[in-house]
Amino acid sequence: MPVSQEILDEVALSRAEYNLIVERLGREPTPVELGMFGSLWSEHCGYKHSKLLLKMFPSTSPHLLTGVGQENAGAVDIGDGLAVVMKMESHNHPSAIEPYEGAATGVGGIVRDIFTMGARPIALMNSLRFGPLSDAHNRYLFGGVVGGIAGYGNCLGIPDVGGEIYFDQVYSQNPLVNALCLGLIESKWLTSARASGQGNLLMLVGADTGRDGLHGASGLASRTFEEQKELRSAVQVGNPFLEKLLIEACLELVQHDWIVGLQDLGAAGLTSASVESAARGGSGMEVDVLKVPRREQGMTPYEVMISESQERMLVIVKKGCENKVKALFERWDLRCDIIGQVTADGMARVREGDSVVAEIPVKLLSDPPLYRLPASKPAWLRDVQSLDLAALPDLAPAQTGPALLRMLVSPNIASKKYVYRQYDHQVQNNTVVSPGSDAAVLRIKGTTKAISLTTDGNGRYCYLDPYAGGAIAVAEAARNLACSGAQPLAITDCLNFGNPEKSDVYYQLKECIRGMAHACRVLRVPVISGNVSLYNETRGQAVYPTPVVGMLGLMEDVTWHCTAAFQQLGDLVYLLGPCDVAGLAGSEYLALEHGLVKGRPAIDLALEKRVQRACLAFIHERLLHSAHDCSDGGLAVALAESAIMGGLGFKGWLPAYGRLDSALFGELQSRIVVTLPPRNLPQFERIAARHKVLLTRLGRVGGNRFAIEGCLDLPLDEVSDAWRSGLERALGG
Amino acid sequence: MKYGIIVFPGTWSDGDCHYALGSILGRDVAYIWHKDVDLRGYDCLILPGGFSYGDYLRPGAIARFSPVMAEVERFAANGGLVFGICNGFQILCEAGLLPGVLLRNSHLQYRCQWVNLRVENTDTPFTSKCRKGQVLRIPISHYEGCYFADADTLAELEANNQVVFRYGTPGGEITEQANPNGALHNIAGIINKRGNVLGMMPHPERACEPLLGGRDGNLLWPV
Repeated sequence: MPVSQEILDEVALSRAEYNLIVERLGREPTPVELGMFGSLWSEHCGYKHSKLLLKMFPSTSPHLLTGVGQENAGAVDIGDGLAVVMKMESHNHPSAIEPYEGAATGVGGIVRDIFTMGARPIALMNSLRFGPLSDAHNRYLFGGVVGGIAGYGNCLGIPDVGGEIYFDQVYSQNPLVNALCLGLIESKWLTSARASGQGNLLMLVGADTGRDGLHGASGLASRTFEEQKELRSAVQVGNPFLEKLLIEACLELVQHDWIVGLQDLGAAGLTSASVESAARGGSGMEVDVLKVPRREQGMTPYEVMISESQERMLVIVKKGCENKVKALFERWDLRCDIIGQVTADGMARVREGDSVVAEIPVKLLSDPPLYRLPASKPAWLRDVQSLDLAALPDLAPAQTGPALLRMLVSPNIASKKYVYRQYDHQVQNNTVVSPGSDAAVLRIKGTTKAISLTTDGNGRYCYLDPYAGGAIAVAEAARNLACSGAQPLAITDCLNFGNPEKSDVYYQLKECIRGMAHACRVLRVPVISGNVSLYNETRGQAVYPTPVVGMLGLMEDVTWHCTAAFQQLGDLVYLLGPCDVAGLAGSEYLALEHGLVKGRPAIDLALEKRVQRACLAFIHERLLHSAHDCSDGGLAVALAESAIMGGLGFKGWLPAYGRLDSALFGELQSRIVVTLPPRNLPQFERIAARHKVLLTRLGRVGGNRFAIEGCLDLPLDEVSDAWRSGLERALGG
Repeated sequence: MKYGIIVFPGTWSDGDCHYALGSILGRDVAYIWHKDVDLRGYDCLILPGGFSYGDYLRPGAIARFSPVMAEVERFAANGGLVFGICNGFQILCEAGLLPGVLLRNSHLQYRCQWVNLRVENTDTPFTSKCRKGQVLRIPISHYEGCYFADADTLAELEANNQVVFRYGTPGGEITEQANPNGALHNIAGIINKRGNVLGMMPHPERACEPLLGGRDGNLLWPV
């Protein structure tokens, strides 16, 4: 009997995919089997539209311990027998529907990916995008998402060390909520999510299973959605207290040799957890849904298998150790039940008591069809890339002060303290550089080392030039780390795009990945984990192509750490990098002051690499007092931020002449504003020459004014007030 | 002096307290699981910060019924030192070992930031190393830190010099602006009448080394 379109829509499979299933299985799938295919062959679990493109990323490095796709997160060696585990994931669609729980469970999910590997979660970060705060619905989404991240993360005792937040009309109905988690582990305890060894037991720990989150993977994350209300039950509700207990109990568990694997239940719930761990172990598995503890009555096997109830872990226990494992969890008041076992026949078998309701080869479920779709360069790209500056009036000198204040007060540039002071960013006693500087810095106890962490991604650049935008996202993240004094070590990424079945979106995806991959190669940073979020569209309107790069860096000596804040009266201020007035393309200034998203951003990666190396050399020689990446808002904003954060004024001049707007607010890449005491100047110049990097003196630190010769001269208090109050003002506070 | 850090389900400052006392100050310190009730050998009990039982119902409202709490009460009644930090302060109030309650912050948001504390009473085992009026820089991290008590209780606390810390400016002025959560009388920490049970919202264990921003917190662990 041919399956109805309605049923196929419910599991988000195409007719062709259904036919493929019938062909490979040699029969029609049962309803439970169809649901399992729908979940595992979804974009969210199976990466069917992106996997072939993701292969472009360099994924090897001498430090690599666990690479892309092998486990729940990537892991790199940081020496001293320690490893850092890292992953970032999106929770965009759930957050659009129910912002508090959507963001909260996004945090919960990414944290589970980390402790599943046996690692103690030591840092969280978030990269967020919303529509303009002038709209009440966007304010609701913003408040809910920030509240959800705070509510869940704070309860876990994991510091949230920042990230980034941007506002643009394109994200109005479709906010982006990307959460990153980082874990630390003694390498010898790294745990696999593997189910192997016939007769070993599958134990389910944590929350009872309910009807929450049905079709999360296939429905929410893998399709566009118009009528949000219909899908509300697809958003789960988080219980951070239970998660905290799971963290502590599981971290205790991995130090015993009672288990062969540990796997969290995320998208597609028990289906993906059991099938994926069996696939990793090259085994089969059998689950009896009657053994799964439920929180509501009358659930069908199908519902049990695809429920996305939160805070559940699957433990693959060595036969004979089940009582010890149970006792350990009971000490933490955690429920734990044997729900099945590992088999040797390679089948994923689901029972309801005595009757078998699904029986499919594991290999078939974990091998979705992969698509390479048509990509075509959008016709509109040429138009948006052309920027005729002659048609734009430049700023008159007297207009530059007010323009700077308008930039600083705008939510994209203004301080995000309003947000991060709601996150506990200190717990665990490792936070050396708090949110607000270019990168957060956390020391590694018991060593002299520190790690540095940042997220970056400019959707506007990627919209204007996906290749350059992708490369800039990687370059800027690495530059942020360089400003903090850390060498880049690894990347985790979230690729947030529209519907890939549209050829211009697929083009954006492909070009962005190509640009990112190129920058990764030049800067020698591998991608070790990540996630793809497609179908970010509402009413046919896609978000900007927004790849978010989460980058980890390593500092051999924590005392090197450097921040963006001016430190000392009388220090010299220098611009490191190119000295040019070009760079208004895709700038915040053009968008804010002229309502224009135009031009073609560009980057010279060879130059970028020299600039970053020079910056690191300065910091490692202890020559600098501050370093700040010159990015959104350009040179004037970078200088102002360093002055504000340091509480010290600035007096200087512009490095180049030409258009004032471009010189002040242009976003030319590969530039860093640094300060140093005059006595360090000779060595500073020697190192710059060795790296073939241009230095331009900009002025001096000091006084209580922010003054640039020939254009603006403002009291520092006024500059500071604009930047500090901007976000709250936009929220109407 | 031997310190015992009590760990409830959901506690998360236990490790930081252990780090500050053990690794930084080299003191003799151990963890006590909330289901363990043998407190012999300890001189000072620490109830650390976190979200015991997820702060469900009210912060501290469930933890106060943990098996260990009856022993903590006995320990305090026998004159042992008890130090409640953040969630620990909330638990001590719920348990009736300290007067008053901690309400949700007046601005209805979580707050994590450095604050300035003026030391009001140096005649306690916790503040004997401080000068009266000294300003300490220590971080807060809480959602429910707005100290509240009825007028009589407040008057009594003030009259008995039981207010140990107040939120103030870096110069030690007690102002509304320096109050991060709306606490009455800018109260950040109080001690019981007998002077052996202290509760405070700020986290001294986080202010334990210059690398993290300061070490004023080290002054507060009794010796």
